Amino acid sequence: MSLSAQLINLFAAVILLLAFAMLAQRRVLTLINLFALQGLTLALSTLVVAFTTGQAHLYGSAALTLVLKAVLLPWILHRLVRRLEVKWDVEPLIKVPTTMLVGIVLVIISFNVALPISQLSSTISRGTLGIALASVMLAFLMMITRSKAIPQVVGFLAMENGLFLAATSATYGMPMVVELGIALDVLVGVIILGVFFFQIRDQFDSLDIRHLERLKEK
Amino acid sequence: MPDLLPIDLLLIAACAWLAIGFAGIFAPRNLRFISKILFPLGAFVAVLAGLTSLTFLGGATETAVLLIGLPDLPFHLRLDNLSAVFVLLLGFASAGISVFAAGYFRQGEGAAPGLMCLQYHVFLASMLLVLLADDAYAFMVAWEGMALSSFFLVTTQHRQAEIRRAGYLYLLIAHVGAIGILLSFGVMTAGSGDYSFAGMRAQALPPFWGSAAFLLALFGFGAKAGLLPVHVWLPEAHPAAPSPVSAMMSGVMLKTAIYGLLRVSFDLVGTSIWWWGVVAMVVGLATAVFGVLYSTVQSDMKRLLAYSSIENIGLLAVALGLTLIFHAYRMEALAALAMTALLYHCLAHAGFKSLLFLCTGSVLHATKERSLGKLGGLIHRMPWVAWLALAGVIASAGLPPLSGFVSEWLLLQAFLFSPGLPHSWLNMIVPVAAAVVALVAALAGFAMVKFYGIVFLGQMREPALKEAHDAGPWERAGLLWLAALTLALGVLPSTVIGFIDAATTQLLGTGLADQVREHGWWMLAPISAERASYQPLVFLVTIVIAGLVGRALVRRLYHGRGRRSAAWDCGYVFQGPRAQDTAEGFSQPIRRIFEPMFRMERHFPTIRDEQPYYSVKVEDHFWHWLYLPLARLTNAVSALVTRLQGGRIAIYLLYSFLTLIVLLLVARP
Repeated sequence: MSLSAQLINLFAAVILLLAFAMLAQRRVLTLINLFALQGLTLALSTLVVAFTTGQAHLYGSAALTLVLKAVLLPWILHRLVRRLEVKWDVEPLIKVPTTMLVGIVLVIISFNVALPISQLSSTISRGTLGIALASVMLAFLMMITRSKAIPQVVGFLAMENGLFLAATSATYGMPMVVELGIALDVLVGVIILGVFFFQIRDQFDSLDIRHLERLKEK
Repeated sequence: MPDLLPIDLLLIAACAWLAIGFAGIFAPRNLRFISKILFPLGAFVAVLAGLTSLTFLGGATETAVLLIGLPDLPFHLRLDNLSAVFVLLLGFASAGISVFAAGYFRQGEGAAPGLMCLQYHVFLASMLLVLLADDAYAFMVAWEGMALSSFFLVTTQHRQAEIRRAGYLYLLIAHVGAIGILLSFGVMTAGSGDYSFAGMRAQALPPFWGSAAFLLALFGFGAKAGLLPVHVWLPEAHPAAPSPVSAMMSGVMLKTAIYGLLRVSFDLVGTSIWWWGVVAMVVGLATAVFGVLYSTVQSDMKRLLAYSSIENIGLLAVALGLTLIFHAYRMEALAALAMTALLYHCLAHAGFKSLLFLCTGSVLHATKERSLGKLGGLIHRMPWVAWLALAGVIASAGLPPLSGFVSEWLLLQAFLFSPGLPHSWLNMIVPVAAAVVALVAALAGFAMVKFYGIVFLGQMREPALKEAHDAGPWERAGLLWLAALTLALGVLPSTVIGFIDAATTQLLGTGLADQVREHGWWMLAPISAERASYQPLVFLVTIVIAGLVGRALVRRLYHGRGRRSAAWDCGYVFQGPRAQDTAEGFSQPIRRIFEPMFRMERHFPTIRDEQPYYSVKVEDHFWHWLYLPLARLTNAVSALVTRLQGGRIAIYLLYSFLTLIVLLLVARP
């Protein structure tokens, strides 16, 4: 196995580890930092793939990831947390150890599902497809188990990270146009959600999304 | 300038209607502009459309492709003789209705006049497109356009909860029916993916799928036409709508459903099996009996007419069934007779039912009253409306020499030939059906006597009726036009059959024109003159002369002194207006004889009552046996579904999550 392939696998493993860390993390600010770290690792991993394969557009992807996911989004989220003053701990709906156990089961399922697909693929980074799928699943699980709004958004963004990794590992990334589109969507999404946070807080005096249950049609 | 084919002219007519409709939007409150310019223009276009198809009849089929619609999916249009007969109906009937509407709509009644103008003309244009459509896509678009525009017309006075409810019921059943039609088209494409009617004709369906297509079409078009058990919207929507709209819906829109049934069963499916005819006939008979019985017991004049429309649709379905039976046994001459009866009855019903609905509109405007119990003696105040309504009533009761008699006579003639059917069961059942048709015709006469007698004859039941005024010139013109059509259809049957025969010939390969033409325009002998013939003009002249001579004789031979007394006082001294037969009283025998058919709530006065009163409320069994249980079932299922929707975001996310995992596991390579 070449050095670059090993590096890619290493970065992928770090991403998975960070996904688990985010699942277990209760503090909002640390969660955002972990997310930024995940974005950074993703950018590095994409850079290595770009360098190894010589795919020019992957450099662009890596730069975009770095700017957006490691710098811009964490910065916006930090600002949001400071303005909303929700720095304290968040209590998940399900106890953290249980969540971790479920997460392990998810990782096993993901590897199992991804195995036949990665055998079909001919890319250098095909081994990381299972990890990508697992990080999507773990991020999804995080969205389910958190009751506060900001961790849910972080979960949503982390899911996008996993999808990006899957795209890079299976087919050397999506076309640049699509990637730009997704990046813009994520950015706009976060900004809109930020506005919503203020609205939710004004309405309910809290960011607990359990209050939204009251919106149900009787 | 290139020659304009009839189909182009009809397209121009549709566009003209749309343009007129949108012109109304620009001056939505200018009643004078809309009613005195736009509606008469619409009527003019309608007459032109009718004349176009009249000149076309017997001509070669024309097609056109309209480059609107979805990309790669243009509208195919086609004008053939079947379409032309119904375009003729649409044009001539709607001309009268539009002229009437020019005098009918007033300021401040329901929606703005401009909006009504738009909806009304979109309704007309979409009906025309339904008749011209030659692919399922164009047909469904036009069909839905028709349903939506008529829904908005029905709910013109949407501030009344009752009217909103009627409109909702109409829309609901219209959509359920549209699903049936769409599925029927889907079955007829036979999986080829070609939704043009030409593609459907090219498919040879196996009997099972052919039957499925026919039954779905019967259900879908039946929902629009008002066949049992999807008739419930009709008696609700007709009274709710303004009278010209009721006239349009009952006279013309119901016929588009009959057109669709004919189009599917004789043109598109391509096969025909004898039991389809039996199904159509049984449903038709049930509908006819139901409709006529309920029409006799109504005390709201528009509901009475609505149920009478259900009865007529039932008769049309019976004629359709008979045609299908004869057609399946390759007895084409008899099938042609039955189908001529069908098409003739479509035309006749379009004329007289529109006429009657418009008359109720005039009565409604003059008296503000729809309930029969508060009308009476209007012939003195509204002679125009009363005499023109008499034409509609005679035709509707199926009496000679007007239009209703001709079609019912033709239908019964067709029944008389059914012993020739090579099937012993049918030989036994079909005469029973003929007897039921005769019963329906008789009861229809009863209902019409009730309608006319209680509204126009006798003494005025309310003092306010003395202020009633006759219809204005526009309304009279519209009524006259429709009455003239009814008379023409009554006394010139051979000429009319000569026109509509092109459609029969197109669908069945043979027609009646040759036999009919043999005897000249004044005598109708559909099979042979020895067997049965009808000379309407001779009949008309005879009754007119007999009436005049009788009147003269009575005047001369009897004492010759005229004496006026209160109408229908039967020689009693104290027979005031309140002591006349009421609407409920008149139909009491029917309610008693057919008691199991009705769901009645009655209140009888007792000796101890402070204020004794009698009331009777007749309801529909189907509502309680079919619709309410269905509604409860739907509610129960929806309640189960709402449990899924708990309102917690985490739960919603969990649903997607579990779905994702299951799909991943299932879709593993």
